[in-house]
Amino acid sequence: MSVGRLVRGGVHGLGELFITLGVVLLLFVAWQLWWTDIAAGQTQRALTHQLEQQWQAPPRVTGRVAATKLKEIPMGDAFALIRIPRFGHDYVRPILQGVDLDILDRGVGHYPQSVDPGEVGNFAVAGHRVTYAKPFNKIAELRPGDAVVVETSDTWYVYRVQRHTIVTPDRVDVVAPVPEQPGKKPTARMMTMTACHPEFSARERYVVFSVLDKVVPKTGGAIPDALR
Amino acid sequence: MYEWMWRHLPGPWPVRALICLALAVAATLVLFHWVFPAVAPLMPFNDGTVTPSG
Repeated sequence: MSVGRLVRGGVHGLGELFITLGVVLLLFVAWQLWWTDIAAGQTQRALTHQLEQQWQAPPRVTGRVAATKLKEIPMGDAFALIRIPRFGHDYVRPILQGVDLDILDRGVGHYPQSVDPGEVGNFAVAGHRVTYAKPFNKIAELRPGDAVVVETSDTWYVYRVQRHTIVTPDRVDVVAPVPEQPGKKPTARMMTMTACHPEFSARERYVVFSVLDKVVPKTGGAIPDALR
Repeated sequence: MYEWMWRHLPGPWPVRALICLALAVAATLVLFHWVFPAVAPLMPFNDGTVTPSG
């Protein structure tokens, strides 16, 4: 075999390799931007449906559901629904325990160290802003006074947006019991939402703080005004 | 690589083309189901949480 033929063969093979890599990269972009939305959307709808069904059925052990504290909920389990009228009338996503990436792919994640919805302190959640059905895609459209409604098995918690901030990813104080004042003893019932910022980047976090406005027990099919 | 594959696939060209298509689809499925989900957490735009490590 001549040297020329060997070189030509090598260049040919290298070219094919680069073209293949290019195609794989394009496929990855398609998967990330298109397929994860479809797959995660299905999962999140199924989880939402499952929770709604579960809540309608009478609890097998009386009082168990109401007595469950979030700390006892296993990582990755869905325990609540979040509804944000600003994101659309039919916007609803499951909230799962934990903020690991594989959990956030299935819905909104609850920072496990933070308190239960409605409690004194900070109910902190994280969500994808892009990809994986992007639950917090429109987080930057939230304005002060907007309702963020958290639905549990027996109660509606209506939070109202106070303000937003943009921070670096290491600013864990935004999920502290008193947001941005770590170590301080909480008196207010807060909620923090975090998402990546700017979109398609993880350089910063877009953070929205809300405060509890109303607690509406679900007895008798009551629905908070914010969702009407 | 592809030339070599084409030469070694059995059957007339329509059969070969079909086999190629099947292989491409299979490769895409493997990528979508296993490879991309494994790589995605390493990508710089998927994290929306605040952590001590940033």
